[in-house]
Amino acid sequence: MKQEVIMIKLGEIALKGLNRKTFEDTLVKNIKWRLRGVGKFAVTRAQSTMYIEPKEDDIDFDEAADHLSNVFGIAAFTRALVTEKKLEAIKADAVEYMRDVLPYAKTFKVTAKRADKSFPLTSPQIQQELGGTLLDAYPHLKVDVHNPEVTVTIEIRDFGAYIHGKQIPGAGGMPVGSSGKAMVLISGGIDSPVAAYMMAKRGLILHAVHFVSPPYTSDRARQKVEDLCEIVSRYAGRIYFHCVPFTKIQEAIKTHCPEEFFTIIMRRLMMEIAIRISEENDLKALITGESLAQVASQTIGAIAATDDVCTMPVFRPLIGMDKNEIIEIARKIGTFETSILPFEDCCTVFTPKHPKTRPAVEQVRAAQAAFDFAPLVEEAVRETEVKTIAAL
Amino acid sequence: MEGREVYLDNSATTKVCKAALEAAVLGMEKEYGNAASLHKKGWEAQKLLDAAKKGFARLLGCEEQELYFTSGATESNNLSILGGVVGAKRRGRRVVTTTMEHASVLACMEELEAQGYEVVRIGPKEDGGFDPADFYSAVDENTVLVSCMMVNNETGLLFPVEEIGRAVKRKNPQVLFHVDAVQGFMKLPLSLKRSAIDLLSASGHKIFAPKGIGLLFIRKGVRIKPLFFGGGQQNGIRVGTENVPLASAFYAAAEELAKNRKEHYALYEMLKSRLLERVGEIPEVSVNSKDSCVPYIVNLSVAKIRSEIMLHYLEQFGIYVSSGSACSKGAKSHVLAAFGYPAERIDTALRVSFSPETTIDDIDYFAEKLKEGSTSLMKMK
Repeated sequence: MKQEVIMIKLGEIALKGLNRKTFEDTLVKNIKWRLRGVGKFAVTRAQSTMYIEPKEDDIDFDEAADHLSNVFGIAAFTRALVTEKKLEAIKADAVEYMRDVLPYAKTFKVTAKRADKSFPLTSPQIQQELGGTLLDAYPHLKVDVHNPEVTVTIEIRDFGAYIHGKQIPGAGGMPVGSSGKAMVLISGGIDSPVAAYMMAKRGLILHAVHFVSPPYTSDRARQKVEDLCEIVSRYAGRIYFHCVPFTKIQEAIKTHCPEEFFTIIMRRLMMEIAIRISEENDLKALITGESLAQVASQTIGAIAATDDVCTMPVFRPLIGMDKNEIIEIARKIGTFETSILPFEDCCTVFTPKHPKTRPAVEQVRAAQAAFDFAPLVEEAVRETEVKTIAAL
Repeated sequence: MEGREVYLDNSATTKVCKAALEAAVLGMEKEYGNAASLHKKGWEAQKLLDAAKKGFARLLGCEEQELYFTSGATESNNLSILGGVVGAKRRGRRVVTTTMEHASVLACMEELEAQGYEVVRIGPKEDGGFDPADFYSAVDENTVLVSCMMVNNETGLLFPVEEIGRAVKRKNPQVLFHVDAVQGFMKLPLSLKRSAIDLLSASGHKIFAPKGIGLLFIRKGVRIKPLFFGGGQQNGIRVGTENVPLASAFYAAAEELAKNRKEHYALYEMLKSRLLERVGEIPEVSVNSKDSCVPYIVNLSVAKIRSEIMLHYLEQFGIYVSSGSACSKGAKSHVLAAFGYPAERIDTALRVSFSPETTIDDIDYFAEKLKEGSTSLMKMK
């Protein structure tokens, strides 16, 4: 009977109405997928709590907790021990189970919740009994009901008694898949992985598109982006990675278009290609890591000139953030160290000396019309390589 | 030609030669004992190690007791410089080096500066060469160590180490003279017998032995404070279980090179003159190496094409060269800067380095692809 489980408190999903079941199903699927490398688990639901029970021996619970803390749609979770609904068993197990925590705390309290009203003691009685036992076992402790360092919670439920300690905050957000699918444009810098993370948090399944320009960019640069996708996939789940050969297009821009428009035209063509691949995969939006005024291609004018070619919504979750705020998230999600590796990407290879910061859309269209890019776009889409990237 | 591989980055590292490979396998498969063990298996390993040390002593004109195996030249340089100044700390707090050293020497010097040492860095003359007189002037009675490389890794510049060593000793005979010989080891003549060199570093993987093995010569009577502490192997100077397979492989590779040194040198001279002739036909190319450079390293720049881009362009055809020094991925070359070249020339620099397996055909193929790239690749502004 004695077994450790993880109890999950749902986030925003709990507020949903009729769709709630669908959201929960998605979350259960995501939880199972995220824990696939740790072992086999059963996920059951009761009221607004999900229970994760191991189906194998030797499960590394610390590892499982680490993985769960990255799953969107979870507000908080706790590890709990399931024991018999007998006071003596609860007492003995609580003393043991809290041995990792209580010896190092100064104050504590016991909270009891009796859902199964057939249990002979009331909640205050359970609290008193168990509090006394724990004080005997850990005589250095003091009870503090207002501001305890540790709260030991006992829940008497239908199938057993649950002893749990500290609540661990979850990743928040919506379960990945509950909002549909979108395409993130990923370069290898600091911003785009953060943008990808933020939109996955709102429930999007991610595809990523990356542009390579050999020999101007290297295999290492591409590997770096794949590594970034793998880190983001710890949160976002499986990422479908599309790698677009972009050399011919860049050379054509360089040859046929005015230098001051190089970056803008390049971005317009990237968007066109991203939209083409999105349509083929039934994706409904693009995601970019732009932050207003960060560089010349991220001014209002430049964004307008880029959006001119966009036929689907473009999500820019970082648009109002400062660089240091973005870096803070990049550090938190673990992409920062990889992002700052010094490899050329296709955005930095031929940056013009004096890019247009306020390009007029008509001017850009005219400059781009100097060459028929359609066949090259066609070829780039056709030769795009796809692979799935997923952290274990 | 599909699948052709032309490896012209032998100053970064080399392919392990057959003799070294066989020696390593013997030390791993058969004579795998711990050289410190008392039983026969240990003794067999000890014999391999002794043979390697004896062999190196013969090749270098020194005593085998003066040789220590390390994990590589970075360790040898650290042990020489950081261990050397501690051994001589009562004599003074000043060290002298050059502006062109390898990162493992530069970083040791920065560490010494942080510890309060005065570090004097000597630069090249206008012609790119180094003058022993500059070292003579830089050394004073407070100086404890002078460190100077034998051959510069990025440009192939040859340092007059013997002359520098003699100048230094004439001014202050107590000074320790350290030479980072990595890029000249077994390729240029070297005898430690009547040399001014007190400490000398070498690396296995630059001379067709595996990575992870280096050599350090410490002249008899020179006191070095060890960096690691342990089981007392190699007189306590460099402790840790002796790496018998790699030490043995290192010597096997060195022996091969020493045997054919003159032939190889003649080959390198021929390859270099062919290369200079062929790239002379490409108007975009300027050669950064000077006449005083060794023939197996050539540094050149291709106007307006950044090193990394040309490197990846050549790689498509199976040609491998280096941008600046392979050890400092992405960093600007301090060596070419010391030569006084402008930023654009440094950003576009490539290093080509030969092995005895390099052929005239390889050079022609490289020059042909370099020419193609210099016209077809997009130029920077």
